[in-house]
Amino acid sequence: MSVDTSKVATSNRTDAATASKPGPAGSLASWADDRLGLATAMKKNLRKVFPDHWSFMLGEIALWSFVVLLLTGVFLTLWFNPSMGHVTYEGSYDQLRGIGMSESMASTLHISFDVRGGLLMRQMHHWAAMIFIASMMVHLLRVAFTGAYRKPRELNWVIGCILLLLGTLEGFTGYSLPDDLLSGTGVRAADGFLKATPVAGTYMSFLLFGGEFPGESIIPRLYIVHVLLIPGILLALIAAHMLLLVYHKHTQWPGPGRTEQNVVGFPMLPVYAAKAGGFFFMVFGVIALMGGLLSINPVWKFGPYDPTKVTAGSQPDWYMGWPDGLLRIMPSHMESVIFGYTISWNVLIPILLVPPLMLTVLIVLPFLEGWITGDKRDHHLLQRPRNAPTRTAVMVALMTFYGLAWAAGGNDIIAIKLHASINQITYFMRGAIFIGPVIAFWITRRWCISLQRHDNEKLLHGYETGIITRSVEGQYAERHLPISGTSAYTLTARDRDEIYSVDGDTDAAGVAAPNSRSEKLRARLSSWMYQHNVQKPTRAELEEAHHHAEHEAELQSGLDHPVDGHQFDDHRLRDTDEVPLRDH
Amino acid sequence: MRVLNRTAGRLSRHRRGPLAGLAVLLLGLLISGSLYTVFAPAQATSQASETEQVAQGKELFLASCAFCHGKNGEGVPTVRDGYQIGPSLVGVGAAAVDFQVGTGRMPMASPGAQAPRKKVAFNDEEVAALAAYVASLGPGPAIPSQSDYSIEGLSEEERQEAISRGGQIFLTNCTACHNFNGAGGAMPRGGYAPTLHGVEGKYIYEALLTGPQNMPNFSNGNLSPEEKRDVIAYLDSIQDTPEYAGFTLGGLGPVSEGMFAWLVGIGGLVGAAVWIASHTTRSKKSKVNA
Repeated sequence: MSVDTSKVATSNRTDAATASKPGPAGSLASWADDRLGLATAMKKNLRKVFPDHWSFMLGEIALWSFVVLLLTGVFLTLWFNPSMGHVTYEGSYDQLRGIGMSESMASTLHISFDVRGGLLMRQMHHWAAMIFIASMMVHLLRVAFTGAYRKPRELNWVIGCILLLLGTLEGFTGYSLPDDLLSGTGVRAADGFLKATPVAGTYMSFLLFGGEFPGESIIPRLYIVHVLLIPGILLALIAAHMLLLVYHKHTQWPGPGRTEQNVVGFPMLPVYAAKAGGFFFMVFGVIALMGGLLSINPVWKFGPYDPTKVTAGSQPDWYMGWPDGLLRIMPSHMESVIFGYTISWNVLIPILLVPPLMLTVLIVLPFLEGWITGDKRDHHLLQRPRNAPTRTAVMVALMTFYGLAWAAGGNDIIAIKLHASINQITYFMRGAIFIGPVIAFWITRRWCISLQRHDNEKLLHGYETGIITRSVEGQYAERHLPISGTSAYTLTARDRDEIYSVDGDTDAAGVAAPNSRSEKLRARLSSWMYQHNVQKPTRAELEEAHHHAEHEAELQSGLDHPVDGHQFDDHRLRDTDEVPLRDH
Repeated sequence: MRVLNRTAGRLSRHRRGPLAGLAVLLLGLLISGSLYTVFAPAQATSQASETEQVAQGKELFLASCAFCHGKNGEGVPTVRDGYQIGPSLVGVGAAAVDFQVGTGRMPMASPGAQAPRKKVAFNDEEVAALAAYVASLGPGPAIPSQSDYSIEGLSEEERQEAISRGGQIFLTNCTACHNFNGAGGAMPRGGYAPTLHGVEGKYIYEALLTGPQNMPNFSNGNLSPEEKRDVIAYLDSIQDTPEYAGFTLGGLGPVSEGMFAWLVGIGGLVGAAVWIASHTTRSKKSKVNA
C-alpha cells in the first residue's frame, strides 16, 4: 500500500500546533453554537443530500409562491379594511367617484390607486395565488405519475391533497374580500351551493352570513378565515409536509449506484441552498413581472357588488373553474320534490357531490394501490410512468375529466373566441365528460405498454442506429447496436409485476376462505392492473439475445470477427449514454 | 424630362416675384375647392328633397334588402310558423337603418345566428336614403343628433357626474351581455354581444333605441336620453383612461387570467426548474451524471 505523501505534515516543529484565531464569521458561529447547539442540528442537515431532477422542483414553486403570498399579503393588510360599512368613494379613480360602496371595496380601490406600489402588490398577491395552486397540482401529478406516493409516503400524499383543498379555499376567500361585482357574484353562488344542501342548507347559509344574504358579516368573517385560520393551517401542514420529506429522504430515479437504501445527489450546503435560494428569486421575479405587466382582477371595472348586477365572463379563478364547468353542463331541470322540499340535483351533483368525491378518490389512490399490490416494502426509487401503465392511465383519465370540466367552465369565452355556439359546446361536453376519460384511459395504457415494448426491444436488440445495410442477396436491414451498460441497468431497474391470484375460495373441506369476497375483488383488480404489462426480459433472454446479436453481426459483416460498431464511426450517436457495450 | 425641368426652371425664376404669393394662394383655393366638390357629403351639393330621397331609398331597398324584408318592407315569413327570413321593417325607424346599414351589419352576407359588423356596403348618401325610405314606412326612432350622445356641452363637474352615473347604468343594464369591460360576451346558439370598444357614440345610442338582433330595446321611458348619453360617456371614458394595471389580457375576466397563470407563470417556472436542474455543480467542463 503506497502512502499519499501530500497528506503528511511537512514541518518538523516540536511544539503542539494550535488553532489559529477564528475569523469574524467563525467566532459568530461558535458564539451561536455555544448557546443554541446549532452545530449538532446543522451538521446533519447541511449535508443532507438531494437528488437532482427538474421535476423534483415543482413543489418548490408552490413553496416559494406561498412565501410571496405571505409577503405581499402582509403589505395588503396594512391598508385593507374588511368591513361592509357603507361609504361613498372619494378616491382617485374618476369613474367611481361619488358611488356608494362597502369599506372593503373602497379600501381595495385605495390600495390600487392611492397607495404607492399598492396595485403591484395586489396583482402580485393574486398572480402568486394562481401560481401557488397551479404548482401544487403540477407537483401532485409528478408524484402520482412516478409512484412517489407509495409506502412510506402515503400520509405525505394525504397532507398534500389537503394542502390543495385548503389552498383552493384560501384562494376563494381572498377572491371574495374586495366585495366587487365579480367576487360578490361568486359569494352569491357559494350561498346558493350551501342552500342546495338538503335539510341543513338554509341553516348553514344563515350561520355563515349571519342572517339573510348578503348581510354585513360575511366579509369580516372571510377575512379572518383568509388571513389567520387557513394560512395558519397551511403553514403547519407545509411544515409537516417538509419534515416528512426530510425524514423519508427524497425519492430518486433509478440508475447505477442508486438503491432503495441511498440517495445520490448533492448536499444542501452549498449546492441545494444555492439552487433553492436562486429558485426563490426566480419565482419572485416571475410573479413580480406578471404583477407589474399583466392586469388581474381589475375591481375598478367591476364596480362595487350589487345583487341586481352581473357581468358576462363571470367566472371564478381557474382552480374553481372545473366545478363551475360541471354546473354549467348539468341539465338544469334535474330537481325532485320530496314531501314539499326541493332537492336540487342540478346543484347538488356538480358542486356538493363530485368535487368531494374527486378529492376522496385522490386521497385514496395510494392506499388502494397498496391494497391491490399487497406491497409492504418501502419505495425510494421512482417508477417511470410507462412502467405502471394502469396507474398512469387512471391519472390521465382523471386529468381528462378535470380538463373537460374546466373547459366547460369557460364555455362562453370559448364560444366567442372560436365563433362556436355555446349550446353546442355544452351538449358536446355533456357527452365528452363521460366518454373522454375512457378514451384517454385506453389510449394512455396502450401507449405505455408500447413504450415498455420499445424498452425491451432496446434491451434485447439494441438501439436503432439508422444505418441501413444491404446484404449480398440484396436484403435491406437496419443495423442495431447494443445500448450501454448504464442504460441497460436503468431500463431494467424495476420490479416484475406480480398478478395476485386467489388459489381457491374454499378449502378442502369446502369451507369458504376468510375474506374470500374481498380477496377475489383484489385478484380481479390486480389482473386488471397488471395483466397487459410487458415485463422486463429475463437474464436468459438477454444473454440469448446478445449471443444472437453477435452471431448476426458476424454473419452480416462478412468478416471473421464480430463487428464492434467502429465501422460506423462517422454515424454513431454522439450521446454518451449510448456508448456500445462492446467497445474494445 | 428635360422639358419639365425647363418649365420648372422658368417657373422658379418667378417664385420671388410680387404676384407669386397671390398666385399660390389662388391655386390652393382652386385645388381645395374642387376637391371639396368631388368629395363633399351628398347633402352639401345636392339638397335632395325628402320625396326624392325616399324614392332613391326605395330603389336601393328593392335591389339590396327586399329579398329578405319584402318589397314593401313587410318581412318575409318562412314555411315554419313564427319564423322569418327577414323581419318587417315597418316602424323600426331611421335609427335602425342607420345602425344596421351604417355599421355594415346589413345587408347580411348570409343568414345566421349573428349579423356581424363588417365593411359598409353603402355610402353616406345611400344610407340616408335607405333610412328615409324605411322611416316613411311607419313612425319610428329618428337618427340621433350629435348633442344627444355627447357630453361636450356640459361643465367639468357635470361630465364627471355623467360618467360615474353612466358607469352604474352600464353595470346594471349592459354588462350581463357585453362584459364589464365592454369586451363582449356569448349569446345562445352561436350569437354574441359584440365588443363596444371603438364603437361610435351614435351607433351605441341607436342600438339602445332600436334593440338590434338579440339586444333588448331600451326605450326612452326605460333609459332616458340623458342616461343613454351617460352610458356612452362612461364607455368613452374607460377607453380613454390608461390601463393602470398593465395588459388587460383581452378584458375577459378570470378565464384569460387563468390561462396566463398556467402558460406564463407555470410554463416559465417549470422552464426555470429545468434550467436549474440541468446546471449542476461540476469541476469539469463536461456534464457529470449524478
